[in-house]
Amino acid sequence: MSLTATPPQAPVTQNGISNSLTAGKLPRYASIYVLVGALAASSAVFGLVAVSSGELFNIAGAVFCGVVLYTASIWLISRLVEGSRKAADRFVTALVATAFTIALLPLISVAFTTIVNGLPRFDAAFFTESMRNVVGAGGGALHAIMGTLLITGMAALISVPVGLLTAIYLVEYGRGKLKHGITFFVDVMTGIPSIVAGLFAFALFALVTDDPGVRMGFGGAVALSVLMIPVVVRSSEEMLKLVPNDLREASYALGVPKWLTILKVVLPTSIAGIITGIMIAVARVIGETAPLLIIAGFTTSMNYNLFADRMMTLPVFVYTQYMNQGTDSQAYIDRAWAGALTLILIVALLNVVARIIAKAFSPKTGRR
Amino acid sequence: MSKRIEVEDLNVYYGNFRAVEGITLEIEPRTVTAFIGPSGCGKSTFLRTLNRMHEVIPGARVEGKVLIDGNDLYGPGVDPVLVRRQVGMVFQRPNPFPTMSIKENVLAGVRLNNKRISKPDADELVERSLLGANLWNEVKDRLDKPGSGLSGGQQQRLCIARAIAVSPEVILMDEPCSALDPISTLAIEDLIEELKQQYTIVIVTHNMQQASRVSDKTAFFNIAGTGQPGKLIEYSDTTTIFSNPQVKATEDYVSGRFG
Repeated sequence: MSLTATPPQAPVTQNGISNSLTAGKLPRYASIYVLVGALAASSAVFGLVAVSSGELFNIAGAVFCGVVLYTASIWLISRLVEGSRKAADRFVTALVATAFTIALLPLISVAFTTIVNGLPRFDAAFFTESMRNVVGAGGGALHAIMGTLLITGMAALISVPVGLLTAIYLVEYGRGKLKHGITFFVDVMTGIPSIVAGLFAFALFALVTDDPGVRMGFGGAVALSVLMIPVVVRSSEEMLKLVPNDLREASYALGVPKWLTILKVVLPTSIAGIITGIMIAVARVIGETAPLLIIAGFTTSMNYNLFADRMMTLPVFVYTQYMNQGTDSQAYIDRAWAGALTLILIVALLNVVARIIAKAFSPKTGRR
Repeated sequence: MSKRIEVEDLNVYYGNFRAVEGITLEIEPRTVTAFIGPSGCGKSTFLRTLNRMHEVIPGARVEGKVLIDGNDLYGPGVDPVLVRRQVGMVFQRPNPFPTMSIKENVLAGVRLNNKRISKPDADELVERSLLGANLWNEVKDRLDKPGSGLSGGQQQRLCIARAIAVSPEVILMDEPCSALDPISTLAIEDLIEELKQQYTIVIVTHNMQQASRVSDKTAFFNIAGTGQPGKLIEYSDTTTIFSNPQVKATEDYVSGRFG
């Protein structure tokens, strides 16, 4: 049979009359069998390579080759049995699944590696001690965790009001050139390299304090808010635009002034999306290293004061532990991994909190 | 508490485009006035100028006079917010506030304006408004449930309850039944009949049977062509408009021979 053939002959039903509406069809779980087969074949090849070369079995490579093999084989089988239209359908479905798998592979790989390497030092001491006077094993990242929470919290405290009010201006009040100008520059701000934000904050505070070696946590917060504000503006703007104009008009028609309409109708209706956007913005900046390295610096001691002295943060902690290894290098590398794991967990926790808050605030549509 | 509306030579513009031209009419207190006419002829635009809601659309402006009991709506120093507290509005699509319960929706006009109201007063206002909107019996057991969970017809009556809870003098209705089924439409028409005892009502409708059923007076609007302003063609008693219209275009429109 050639590949361009029409679907195979319709099967003949029991009473001998053929149904012209039937067409060849793969069994119900055919795609799953093919997937398992493709993964098994690919694993076998990678297993052989691993045995012969004496290296570790490459899981990511096996899965990747498996899904690519699956895409090709399900298309071929479906083409032979079901015809070209269904084959195209199965091919595109498999392509989407393959793309999903490829996107997921690095994610799972990173999470897995971080957990495996981070767990050895993920202990009580890590969360209760700083690195003061620690050389070699021991010590902890409490100073870095506190620094990250303080600096990111302050950055959010600066960015959320500025960003949210800008978004409200753009959606509710802005007109003409000023509005377009602000939108344009917010978009430009989104693309600012983080190191530039750090240098900006450093230059600003060096001028203000007249100290060319200035280091303070607040400067880090300012640098982070330069990165955070455009994200908050953009996401809040989209959420405010989603509020139907009907609701604003309904409020105006009740004799409610504009500012109260925004405060009591528009914001409550969109608050769930706005909170999600803020959390994404926080997650975006909490892992920034470069600007904090410049303006917040690094230290081994606790520092709760945002306005004086160097302040450690988790990304910088990971960086310094890896870059400045002592004689007992394994202890430093373990601490770096544990710091990375902590950072990922903080971001995950923030996302969970954001989901709970968003769910609590979102408009209820239930019928009973 | 209902008021006479006088309109003198009113023009409405969107930017440079004149949407409505030279309207002069008088609306008596405690009557129902229907605006009919083809789509795009400026009925809704004109209706919205009666409580300055057209200002919500950027670039919209008005020339001419609208007097409510002799007070010029467009005089210097007039606060549109105060106008809208006297002239309520019900929209084409039911739009209860999704974040609020049925009760909060009715109280929206009070609560959103930061006015304090005692709990017994609030309960009384909710019951009175919902009774006035013929909705009390259907929702009295679930006042704390979200307003968006009601059916379309119930939502529209909730919006009417919300509008009358702020005790306006005039109620404007912009095609209030166009998204509703015949039974809900009938409920709203009965309600209009009752509300007329207390309020001046102006209703825009595409349904000529509805206009003839509910209104005392009818205004027919028409448009000469695309890009031309809408004009008031004929304004008279509803019976006259539907049985003995003076203008040929009106007769063609109400008898279905339009165009």
